[in-house]
Amino acid sequence: MLLIECPWCGQRDQTEFHPHGEAHIARPEDPDALDEAAWGDYVFFRKNPKGLHYERWVHSHGCRRWFNVMRDTVTDHIHASYKPGDPKPELPITADGGDTTGTPKT
Amino acid sequence: MSQPYRLDTGGRINRAKPLRFWYDNQGYDGFEGDTLASALLANGVFLVGRSFKYHRPRGVYSAGAEEPNALVQLETGAATEPNRRATEVELYGELNAASQNCWPSVKYDLGVVNSWFSRLLPAGFYYKTFMWPASLWTTYEKFIRRAAGLGRSPMEPDPDHYDKTHAHCDVLVVGGGPAGLQAALSAGRTGARVILADDKPEFGGALLSGRDVIGDAPATEWVEATVAELQGMREVTLLPRTTVTGYYDYNFLVANERVSEHLGPRGRGEAPKERLWKIRAKQVVLATGAIERPLVFADNDRPGIMLAGALRSYVNRYAVLPGRRIVVLTNNDSAYLAALDAKDAGAAVEIVDTRTAPAGELVDRARSAGIPVHENSAITGVNYRGGRVRGVEVMQLDSDGRGVRGVGDKLNCDLVAVSGGWTPTVHLFSQAKGKLRYLDDEHCFVPGERAINNRGFEVGACRASWSLETCLREGAEAGAAAALVTGFDRAEPAPSPAAPEPAQGPLRPLWILPTVHPVGRGPRKHFHELHNDSTVGDIELAAREGFVSVEHLKRYTTTGMGTDQGKTSNINALSVMADLQGAAIPAVGTTTFRPPYTPLTFGSIVGHDRRELFLQKRKTAMHPWHEKHGAVFEDVGDWKRPYYFPRAGETMHDAVQRECLAARTGVGMIDASTLGKIDIRGRDALKLLNMVYTNAWDSLKPGRCRYGLMLNEHGMVFDDGVTTCLGENHYHMTTTTGGAARVMNWLEEWLQTEWPHWEVYCTSVTEQWAVTTITGPRARDLLASLADQPLDDDAFPFMSMQEFPVAGIPARVFRISFTGDTAFEINVKARYGLALWEALAEAGKAFDLCPYGTETMHVLRAEKGFIIAGQDTDGTVTPMDLGMDWIVSKKKGDFIGRRSFARTDTAREGRKQLVGLLTEDPAFVLPEGSHVVEPLREKPPMNMLGHVTSSYLSPNAGRSIAMALIRDGFKRKGQTLDVSLMDGSSQRVTVTDPVFLRGEK
Ligand SMILES: [Zn+2]
Repeated sequence: MLLIECPWCGQRDQTEFHPHGEAHIARPEDPDALDEAAWGDYVFFRKNPKGLHYERWVHSHGCRRWFNVMRDTVTDHIHASYKPGDPKPELPITADGGDTTGTPKT
Repeated sequence: MSQPYRLDTGGRINRAKPLRFWYDNQGYDGFEGDTLASALLANGVFLVGRSFKYHRPRGVYSAGAEEPNALVQLETGAATEPNRRATEVELYGELNAASQNCWPSVKYDLGVVNSWFSRLLPAGFYYKTFMWPASLWTTYEKFIRRAAGLGRSPMEPDPDHYDKTHAHCDVLVVGGGPAGLQAALSAGRTGARVILADDKPEFGGALLSGRDVIGDAPATEWVEATVAELQGMREVTLLPRTTVTGYYDYNFLVANERVSEHLGPRGRGEAPKERLWKIRAKQVVLATGAIERPLVFADNDRPGIMLAGALRSYVNRYAVLPGRRIVVLTNNDSAYLAALDAKDAGAAVEIVDTRTAPAGELVDRARSAGIPVHENSAITGVNYRGGRVRGVEVMQLDSDGRGVRGVGDKLNCDLVAVSGGWTPTVHLFSQAKGKLRYLDDEHCFVPGERAINNRGFEVGACRASWSLETCLREGAEAGAAAALVTGFDRAEPAPSPAAPEPAQGPLRPLWILPTVHPVGRGPRKHFHELHNDSTVGDIELAAREGFVSVEHLKRYTTTGMGTDQGKTSNINALSVMADLQGAAIPAVGTTTFRPPYTPLTFGSIVGHDRRELFLQKRKTAMHPWHEKHGAVFEDVGDWKRPYYFPRAGETMHDAVQRECLAARTGVGMIDASTLGKIDIRGRDALKLLNMVYTNAWDSLKPGRCRYGLMLNEHGMVFDDGVTTCLGENHYHMTTTTGGAARVMNWLEEWLQTEWPHWEVYCTSVTEQWAVTTITGPRARDLLASLADQPLDDDAFPFMSMQEFPVAGIPARVFRISFTGDTAFEINVKARYGLALWEALAEAGKAFDLCPYGTETMHVLRAEKGFIIAGQDTDGTVTPMDLGMDWIVSKKKGDFIGRRSFARTDTAREGRKQLVGLLTEDPAFVLPEGSHVVEPLREKPPMNMLGHVTSSYLSPNAGRSIAMALIRDGFKRKGQTLDVSLMDGSSQRVTVTDPVFLRGEK
């Protein structure tokens, strides 16, 4: 079971959260400017990477805030949790090559 | 004679506490400290079960969790539990156990005929039956069900209760042997929070079964001192009788504590039987030890054949010498310890060693103790009679170990102890996604790289560290290192005491012992897997039939799929596979270890989450009245809602028909408290409404209400409701009962992630307001009798809200309607809900007020063609598909879902649309979900048009009515179609408008 860092509450069990799919999909400013394919892409298509995935979670049984998580879908390792609107983090996260969850570099 | 195989002295049993117990209805005596298995052996009970498939007689094979044979039915009646390993059941007074999988008795089992017909039960038997003619399946199934099986599940509710607990710790140590104890000690001394779990009642692990020395005293003294020190540490939790069964992501582990099972069903008082621990640890030290690996020889499954380590355990720990003449069969030195201890305890012992020239300290000791050693030899046959082994046949091995030669040497014996070396217990490590690595020299898998999220260490025998000193040192170092990582910076390893022991030489890598026949032929079976009756021949057959992947092999032969999960068989199955493929074991690979390590009871998994605690029940403020007045309840989400209010002698049909008529002709009353209610405030509240609803909200004045449809971005309807303007930047939104939480989350998600700069506050107020709706031609008169307020259309128009007292209770009264008739939804603070309802019920007597439930509500709304989101819509339906174009604003600008209306698929012809259906037979009610087809043909394929979404018998329309989503529905109005029914018949219907009653609002 994942241990997820809520940016407001800290580390909590996965059972307190719900996933809401891929993060960083902004609603288009002017939907009418999008052609059918582009709109369909926004509405229906999501990444399904083997590896790093940026995804949205909600602390549903806690503070009820939405936030983003950077998770490796192969190892289930969560590299970072951050507030909506914060920029996408990149690897490596910290100077020593570890990440914000305090996990040292392997 | 009582306990003929019990030694006079020694062991960790309490001779001062004899215990009477029952096995197959016969009484025996044992001692406190025994397991059921040790007590049975002490009494000379060797035959304890029948095998799963062939019903072959089987005996106790091990002394622990790996036991494949000795499965018993523990206790009777409601407290009975099947498939309990006798090696793990602690003896208690009046324990009552029975053998299983045999009839009429374990000694004379009729199922043994399976053995004679074993050619009919080859590998993949179950799969093959599926390929035989299906018409015969019913015959096979009966045969299989009777023949194969284990114990019986209880038929009555479990009388025990079970507990659950969550725990967090710095260091979890799994396994309380020498390595685990040292780890816990080192970590505990730093002040770190430590949990030490071991599946046995006493800590000490293998030290309790051996005669080791630590320092210059018996190892058990060291164990006692260590446990005493740990017990004195405030942050250390010791969990004996606790099996860690699962190791999941981020060091989350599940453990099952057998809290009071050892006290028996009559002795446990109020204590829970078991407790499930959910542990989140910063570091996990695995000290899980090793399981002895069997040698596979002809008829190696006979009662009286057991693992050598188990023999040692019975002698030293339980003071049971389970044989008088013992043959030890081995390919390594460790079994010599068992031979020496058994000899010392008084048995005549001979050793059959597959190695060509065994040598070393242990071999010398055996020889000087007078134990004959048959070198370069194998057991090629077993003489079995009367429930136990009587002797073995021993032959010389060929140099490559694949054949035997010479004349068989017959050795008399009543017990055979077997050792093929040791297999590290890597189950938990592997469950936690750790990678295994094969040690060529040790011929076993050991932990390799850990998964990134599951931090910790492996120590001792589970990583093939065999010597006691190494185990002690590794444990001490890992315990300190784990504490250090978790922030206890003065951590240092506990001192590693000296633990002198004889050195052990290499084993002979030969596990499948030949006979004069090729393995898998001949009259004798080589069982590599005792629990599921899987033989080396089965693996060869599977390979011949093309099942070469280890995962396929496992499923085809059912190797490792029993309740013991192949703890003794796994590595031997792999070595047979490797041999057949001419490959090395690591190239063949292993199957995946999955939780649980040992089976969990349902009781433990369920804990207290049963009966009334299984699921929360949400009740409205008026619930006591509903109960008192005989309501039948319907579950709507977690809510208990009155379904209908039957009067004496009424069926549901009678009650609903009566309620429907009363609500239309007089006045009806329903508890609508469960509707979702959201208080929305803030500068940008109106902007939010305009985005989430399809219609425009700018013109809505305070005190006015408006109906809205909510779409997802696909343009599909997912909820609806009425929202009322309460004042400037303040709204009261209602949702469907089932959609309340979903809508709340929907609003919050958009506000938090897409429009965080908007100032809007959403608060769920569903439970703050109790809602009573009164409806019908006399509703206004009823309300007037309790409110001093003008209620005519001019003073209180449709789709408006006013605040005034009703029966003296402050209320928000909404003049909105879900029935199509004049209706008032009276909202009061929840704590006044019951009082208001009772006041209305009392005042309503003068108006023949009829309380009604959800079924009548559904009929009344359907009569008017009002949809229920989620029943008449299913996530593929647009407002236009519902004929609700009128609610979609063309002028207001963007809203969620709007752009998708222009998608080719949403705008196309031929979409399913909501229509009414009238049956040819007005009394016939179509089953909801029925398929609507173009006029029925003789044979499929039919032209499927859609399905019935709502269907009722409407007393007000005087006939059945139905709504349906069908292709091009609007164009089909007036057409005649067929609805096909489950019984093969069909009903003719006419497509209509979905409004079945016109008139009054
Ligand atoms: Zn939170």
